Parts: sequence; structure tokens; C-alpha cells
Amino acid sequence: MLLEVRHIAASYDGVPALHDVSFTVGEGEVITIIGSNGAGKTTTIRTISGLLRPDRGEIIFRGSRIDGLPAHRIAELGIAHVPEGRRLFNRLTVLQNLLVGSFSRRARAQEQAMLERVFTLFPRLKERAHQRAGTLSGGEQQMLAIARGLMLQPVILMLDEPSLGLAPRLVDEIFNTIRQIAREGMTILLVEQNVRESLEIADRAYVLQTGTTITEGTGTELLASEMVRRAYLGL
Amino acid sequence: MTTATVRTGTRPVFWVALGLLAVVLLALPLILRSDSRLNIAILVLVYAALAQAWNLLGGFAGQISLGNAAFFGLGAYTSTILFSRWEVTPWLGMLGGALVAAVFAVIIGYPVFRLGGHYFAIATIAMAEIVLTVFNDWEFVGGAVGLLIPFARVDGRPADSWYYLQFNQHKEPYYYIALALVVLVTAVTIGVSRSKVGYYLRAIKNDQQAARALGVHVLRYKLIAIALSAAFSAIVGTFYAQYLLYIDPETTMRLELSVLIALVAILGGVGTVAGPLIGAAVLIPAAELTRSQLGGTGNAVDLILYGGLIILISIFQPNGLMGLVERVRRRGRGRPLTPPSDEEALAREEAPLLGTYEEERG
Repeated sequence: MLLEVRHIAASYDGVPALHDVSFTVGEGEVITIIGSNGAGKTTTIRTISGLLRPDRGEIIFRGSRIDGLPAHRIAELGIAHVPEGRRLFNRLTVLQNLLVGSFSRRARAQEQAMLERVFTLFPRLKERAHQRAGTLSGGEQQMLAIARGLMLQPVILMLDEPSLGLAPRLVDEIFNTIRQIAREGMTILLVEQNVRESLEIADRAYVLQTGTTITEGTGTELLASEMVRRAYLGL
Repeated sequence: MTTATVRTGTRPVFWVALGLLAVVLLALPLILRSDSRLNIAILVLVYAALAQAWNLLGGFAGQISLGNAAFFGLGAYTSTILFSRWEVTPWLGMLGGALVAAVFAVIIGYPVFRLGGHYFAIATIAMAEIVLTVFNDWEFVGGAVGLLIPFARVDGRPADSWYYLQFNQHKEPYYYIALALVVLVTAVTIGVSRSKVGYYLRAIKNDQQAARALGVHVLRYKLIAIALSAAFSAIVGTFYAQYLLYIDPETTMRLELSVLIALVAILGGVGTVAGPLIGAAVLIPAAELTRSQLGGTGNAVDLILYGGLIILISIFQPNGLMGLVERVRRRGRGRPLTPPSDEEALAREEAPLLGTYEEERG
């Protein structure tokens, strides 16, 4: 397994957010974690990327424990975190945002090659390279957030709610992009409220409820599951 | 700097204007022809350099320091002690002071950078007050009485000396040295703003959590910023000590000085290269002139005017005087950089200068 999360619990200033979260991500897989608002999806991602220290449990990446490492060390290992709400550096240009994305030593050497790749994937960003990120449209901003994550040359790309706040047409576009990145062999951990679309592109998926992973299955299995259909698809 | 500004920066008009400005600045001592006016010019340069040094930390990294006077004072004291006790040339003392201040800043920054927003600013005040108190009570450095810098003498009479960085007959060299310091710290600022360090610092200022999520080593870059800021503040401190030839903790480390340094940069335009320079050029003469014309009457008219000016700039130019410059320049070109709605959004975003970001946890 590339990434293994074992029974982690985490809290914010003593208020528990995760109780018992476990899942695995294999090389080249697209894994989705679905769950409603407040289920702990973002907290799970933040814990993996080192922004939050778990209270209990282990996170194992390529055979060694990474829980408790500072965020920059975890990024250095190739775990990229595309945060919820995009969190771009609005006053920097598109290009400068991308260059901040290749901060780590592992990415810096390949920076130019990576820029080329990212600009091929997102031609719009190339056109707007010298524009301030804050002036992009919502869809373009999300593209930039993903591109900035790719600049790390990640081993795993973790996407936190990439479709949040986007118009339906743009949501499709984002999911197509994610599909394309996955086809190129990228391992993806996707956290989404958009249950149907994310289950459709997932190899495997986990359901997170009040800080606990309650069930898992392939994307198709969960799409067909009575519980998921009732709780998350409103069927 | 935005790319747009960098692009305009290479236009011929800009270079011509810069050339003219250089000529005026070089000729200024000849134009002023009075020691009191030259004194104001030197003070403008001193504050410009201090505000520019502050800008590296406060403007680019977004860490509002209200304790930079401590770094200034450490520079003044280090060179003065080295000179008065061991006759080390103040030029070497300047480098020594920069080193002392940078090391001190890193030691202080390591714990204090865990605090964010207002709490960081408050911690820097406390830091400077502690340094001030220590120097007030420390016999070795002269305590509250302060230190006199011995005259450089030739035939027993105070003389001008480049080696001792002292000009007792003519004040002009002080002006040119101060000008060189401003150029130096501005050049470093430009270098930083165009380098990746500058992007990282602005990314940290913009959204520290996001920068961390991308793997930016936030603490390391904040420490780089505070070390640079402290080192240049200290260099100016040495210059100031050699200019006044007397230092005490109150003149070199008091809170008002820290506040004034921040104020000059903020009113000029935070995070821009020209902002602190413009701020100093406007604020310092205003302070000096209101004091010399209206001060001493006991009714504080000078302070009222001075305070009024600050209030006016804050209300009408929340982005500082540089905001005004940008607006005029954009109008001159007949087209906005970006659609107005976006520009407004960005202005709103910039407005809370002391805004707190989501703090680090765990």
C-alpha cells in the first residue's frame, strides 16, 4: 500500500473531529472519501498533510510513519494537498502561485518541465500566467489550485472539495480534469460532497460519518448501496 | 510587485524619472544650504531605510513588528561599544551590529512566530521593551545615562574621518552615507521581491495555511525575513549613533520609534518597494516642520496636525500613498490593470492590515 491510515483520531483544541478513520490508498488508485458536511473529510486530509497532528492512530506512507512530521517534510515526500476553497495567493500572479507550489526540493529541479506539463493540461492558465490569481474566474481558480498541487510532482494528489462552489458545467469540467490526471497514472485521494460524480471516477471509496469510516467498497458498489443512495443521493 | 509593475519599470519614462531623481538626491545638500534642513533630509533617509527594512518583515511576510527599534538600538550599541572600548572602526561595528541583531531576531523569532496577527505585534512590543529595560539597567553599556561616542581628533580638535565614520566639520558625508544605505536596503528589497523568497513571503502573508499545505517551510522564511529586517535596522542604528555621537536606550529603542518606523511604511504603502520611501519623504518632514514651526508652544498643535495627516491618509488611502500613485498611473495609461470589480475585491482583501489568519494548530 502506498498510504495507510490506521485508526486515526484528531481534534481541534480538544473538540474531537475524527474518532476512528482507517483507509488505504494503493499506487495509481483513485480513492474517494464521501461524507456530509462536518463528517471530518477536510480534517482527514489536513491530518495526512501534517497541518494537524493526530491524537491517536498511525499514518503510514511507503512503509514509514509520517504522522507527527511537519507539513513541509510531508510535502517533501510527495504528498500534495489542494486545500478546500482553493486558497490561492490572490495577490501573486498565476505563474508565481505555481512557483510557490514547487517549493520542495523534490520539485524544484524539475520545475520547468512541470510548468510545461501543467500548461499543457491547463492552457487557460498559460494565457493568464501574468495575471493576478485573484482576478481569475472561479473555475480557473480551481484549475490553478490543482495545477499548483501538481507542481509538487506529487506521488499522491489530495483534493479537498474541488467542485465546491462551482457552476454545474464547471463541476463536470473539474471532474474531467481529475479523470485525465488519473489516466496519466497519478494516485488521487479525493474528498467530496458531490457524491455521485466522485463515486463514478473512484476505484474505491469510503464513507465517513461523524469522524468514523463506516463502510467501503468500489465506486460502483457504493453507488448501488442502499445506505449511500438513501443518505447521500436522496433516492 | 506585480508583473504589470515590473513591465512598467522597464519603460524608458521610468528610467528617465529615476535618473532625474538620482540627480536631485545627489545635488540636494548643495540646494539645501543649511544644516537644519540637511538634518531633516538625513532623518528622512534614516527613516526611509528603517521603514524599508521593516517592510521586508511587515510588508512582504505580513508580520507586523512594533519592536524594530530594538534591532536599531542593538546596531547602535554594538558599534558604539566596539568603538569606544576597543577603537574598532564603526564600519566593522556596523557589520557586527547587523550580525548581533540578526542572531537576536532569529532567537526571538523562533518562539514568537508561533503567534499570529495581533499577538505577534504585541510580542514584538514586549521584546523591545525588555531590551530597553535591560539596557537602561546595564552598567557595562552605560545604563540610562547612555554612551558618548569619542570624537575623532586631529591635533586635538574634532575632525572629519571616513575611517571613524565621523564628520564634525561638514555634515554632507552623513547625507551621502544615509543615501547609500537607503539604496542598499532598497536594492535588497527589490531583489527579494523578485526572487522566490519574495513569492514565499507574500504567499505566507496571503494565506499561511495554504502555504503550509503546499509544503512551504513557513517558519524558516519568516526567520529569514526577520533576520534581514533586523540586520538592516541595525546598520542604520550604527549610522545614527555616529551621526548623533551620543546614544541612550530612550533615543534608540523607545516604543515610539518602533511605531514610527511601522507608520512610515504603512502610510507609504505596505509590501511595495517605493512605499516606505514615499512614506518617509512625506511623514518625516511633516513631523519636523510642524514641530519646528508650531511645537514648543505647549498646546500641541504640531501633534494635532501630525495626527490629522495620518488620519486623513488612513481614511482616503487605506493602501498607503502608493495606492494613490498606482491610481494616477493607471488613469494615465487609460486602462485599468484588471476589471474594477476584481480590483475592488483585492483592495478589500488588502484592507485589514493587521488581519489575523487562521492560526496553526497542533
